[in-house]
Amino acid sequence: MTAWEGFVKGAWNEKVNLRDFIQRNITPYTGNENFLVGATERTTALWKIVCELVDIENEKGILDVETKIPSGIASHGPGYINKDLEQIVGLQTDKPLKRGIMPKGGIRVIQNALKSYGYELDPMVTEIFTKHRKAHNDGVFDAYTDEMRAARKSGIITGLPDAYGRGRIIGDYRRAALYGTAFLIKDKEEQLREINMPWLEEKDIGLREEISEQIRALKQLGKMAESYGFDISKPAENTREAIQWTYFAFLAAAKQQDGAATSLGRIASFIDIYAERDLNSGKATEEEIQELMDHFCMKLRMIRFLRTPEYNALFSGDPTWVTESIGGMCEDGRTLVTKNSYRMIHTLTTLGPAPEPNLTILWSNNLPKNFKLYCAKMSIQTSSLQYENDDLMRGYWGDDYAIACCVSAMRIGKQMQFFGARANLAKALTYAINGGKDEKSGVQVAPEFAPVTSEYLDFDEVYRKLNQVLEWLAQLYISTLNIIHYMHDKYNYESLQMALHDKEILRTHACGIAGLSVVVDSLSAIKYAKVKAVRNEDGLITDYEIEGEYPAFGNNDKRVDQIANNLVKLFMEKLKKQRAYRRAVPTLSILTITSNVVYGKATGSTPDGRKAGEPFAPGANPMHGREHKGAIASMSSVASLPYEYSLDGISYTFSVIPRALGHFAEERVANLANLLDGFFHTNGHHININVFDKETLYDAMENPHKYPQLTIRVSGYAVNFAKLTREQQLEVIHRTFHESI
Amino acid sequence: MTTAIDYDPSIIGGIHSIYTGGMVDGPGIRTVLFLAGCSLRCLYCHNPDTWFRMRGNKKAVAEILDEVQKYSSYYKFSGGGITVSGGEPTDQPTFLKELLKACRANNIHSVLDTSGFSSPDIAEDILPYVDLLLLDFKAYDPDLYKKITSSTIERPLQTLRMARNLNVLTWIRYVLVPNLTDDLAQIREMSAFLKKYNNIEKVSVLPFHKHGEHKWDDTYTLKDTEPPSTELLLEVIDIFNN
Repeated sequence: MTAWEGFVKGAWNEKVNLRDFIQRNITPYTGNENFLVGATERTTALWKIVCELVDIENEKGILDVETKIPSGIASHGPGYINKDLEQIVGLQTDKPLKRGIMPKGGIRVIQNALKSYGYELDPMVTEIFTKHRKAHNDGVFDAYTDEMRAARKSGIITGLPDAYGRGRIIGDYRRAALYGTAFLIKDKEEQLREINMPWLEEKDIGLREEISEQIRALKQLGKMAESYGFDISKPAENTREAIQWTYFAFLAAAKQQDGAATSLGRIASFIDIYAERDLNSGKATEEEIQELMDHFCMKLRMIRFLRTPEYNALFSGDPTWVTESIGGMCEDGRTLVTKNSYRMIHTLTTLGPAPEPNLTILWSNNLPKNFKLYCAKMSIQTSSLQYENDDLMRGYWGDDYAIACCVSAMRIGKQMQFFGARANLAKALTYAINGGKDEKSGVQVAPEFAPVTSEYLDFDEVYRKLNQVLEWLAQLYISTLNIIHYMHDKYNYESLQMALHDKEILRTHACGIAGLSVVVDSLSAIKYAKVKAVRNEDGLITDYEIEGEYPAFGNNDKRVDQIANNLVKLFMEKLKKQRAYRRAVPTLSILTITSNVVYGKATGSTPDGRKAGEPFAPGANPMHGREHKGAIASMSSVASLPYEYSLDGISYTFSVIPRALGHFAEERVANLANLLDGFFHTNGHHININVFDKETLYDAMENPHKYPQLTIRVSGYAVNFAKLTREQQLEVIHRTFHESI
Repeated sequence: MTTAIDYDPSIIGGIHSIYTGGMVDGPGIRTVLFLAGCSLRCLYCHNPDTWFRMRGNKKAVAEILDEVQKYSSYYKFSGGGITVSGGEPTDQPTFLKELLKACRANNIHSVLDTSGFSSPDIAEDILPYVDLLLLDFKAYDPDLYKKITSSTIERPLQTLRMARNLNVLTWIRYVLVPNLTDDLAQIREMSAFLKKYNNIEKVSVLPFHKHGEHKWDDTYTLKDTEPPSTELLLEVIDIFNN
């Protein structure tokens, strides 16, 4: 077989083992970016076609949508943008940017989404999915308790994947390229034979069914590739095929599932092994390889899902989280940065800035200096990169993990998560103060207990009551997720993505919190200033008056940062005690996506001085306007949050004006790289970097056509600025932009 | 050979504010300490809120040192440290000296950002503990200097000489203000003069900006002045480069 010729042999030859293949064959690159080449004419021509389609899409909301045939791995296609120009092929449906429908998630969701864009679902599909086939959403609502419904309605738990695909599962798409589907099917068939005990328990029966589904999905994947004229039953022979096979596997996942985050994994350096082989043997040129990467990324930029208006309010800008993790270090100290890591980032130059794929740099203090500087330079130019702490994560997840969605690390092909959106901790606090009643509606959502009756809030009393509310919330939260994921497995199983996993995997129950800095500042205000409760005519505390000053989160002040640390630990400890579906291990993220605006809207006034309806800070960010000691103090407060208790990630969004980074371009690049080194050295987990003048953003609000590709990092992902609602644009602008004094 | 440096951690200073992540006041990533009080009244001051000593918070050397040390990772990677600015830091000489000694004792790189307007004995006392002097050179022409600062140019010149004698690495900062400090002939003279000082490592030309305007009251006279053009800026930089 020529596919593996020239590769160093190892365990990977016998069994699926991508890490072993990469470790034995990778060529670390420590040089600079000077080898990179520009876009080919073909690339420029093809990208122009895509941009024109995107323009129309932006005007209409969506370009086109399927109304008849539910999407599946082999349901549509082949589809092309321009067959003569495309070097990497494959679309989700038969036409570019035409969105598919996935009714297994819930027929009403599809109906609503179509209706909002002026389309009607084919009556036959409606009939099938109302009369003959149940969907995930129906299953969930059959099982939800009254308490769960109330908590969902009040917004103390929101964004739950009960009306959309849970996503955040990364298939190991590289397996398709390295092994071909025949090898993978054989492996799965063996796994199936292994589950054959004298008596099969429920979990064994379930697993047998799942693996059978996985085998079916792999066969469908082969069929889909065949429709484009490729036989992917065999391993990829060269760079082009390696990218094409990998993309087909990813595409199959995106055709089967509309999971909120459809992340890619850690592809660039894997592909580099093929690229090096082809370059060394003269089978490919640098231009050809960059072109393949450009066309691949173009396809990734074109991934689309049909969403409802409610969904778009939570996660604005049509994100898909095609997250690609780049760089990082091997456990033996070599870097995993390759020339192809550069090529992947270079697509921001050849094609211009873009929010997708969600390029994520796995940062280590030991990364090659040239690479650090290149990333910093590209951040300054495009604001399209996010950074996560490889030195921190490697200890937990080894050196072949990737980021799903925004900040969730998982070992590729060996781990998945049950995505759990987030609990609104700010609301939990107001419940604690109001005896379990919702501060807006007055409805008793949490179990009834004694509310605060004094005029001034007492820290010990409020903390004790908060503890009680969190106890209730943790239990309710996990139970709710148990229902969602039981039903998701039952009615909307991700057979293709799971076919690209091992048989035995680690599952995490990825819980999340929103409003951390609101609660922490509230507790600090109660402790260090005086907070007077303001009651409405029903005796409900709906507002607060603060007398005096309090230390706010974001100033590297232990008095308040310790409250933040304790709170994260407190909630995580409560989650750990719960029993999660499929023995998943509960984890926690401090991440809001853009929903910090929606959560803020749903939450009444809080004791920190935030008024009802005002947005929360995104993710783990300090509240804007309360950071008084500059950038590093703010970063240090966030970096002090314990990753150990927040293993699903701690998201921080950092915005700085260019001239605050230094007087000259070179100085700015070096300073930004050093800033990242400092942040990660002090255990920061994640950081989005935006380098902008506010004036640019104001101008872009008024003249969006002048900035068609203006990209900005929000919490854990990037969006095209023009695609945000005006409200969200303003929220972004009002955030702290670190300046020089 | 290093000798232990004694410093008094209890000396109190008047602090206007502390700002982390400064990247434009000396090399690398710096914690910038703004001391309260300045006796100059420069026309283009961008921190007029630091003029008054009375408005400062009282903090001991030990407290500042603790705060500054929190960010040592950032200094390590970037070659940064502390920048003591103001106000005019040399207006609080006792505190300044003890703080600089404390930084040296703890291997924190220190930058003193000053107008050079301190008495010679104070300068001589403080400069040995400064790793890098940022000397704000407002103008070379004595009359213009007087016009901008309401003071004489003698003291900053003395400070510069002293820095050379004590071999203190120095960066000169020159604020380029259209219609005020943009006389090219004067700038040429100044450049020739500065060449005689081998302790000067670089001259930074800072274009006048309007970001501090909101901190002023109606005594501000540069409301109608715009930042210099890029052409002018490059021309001035060129003069210093030659």
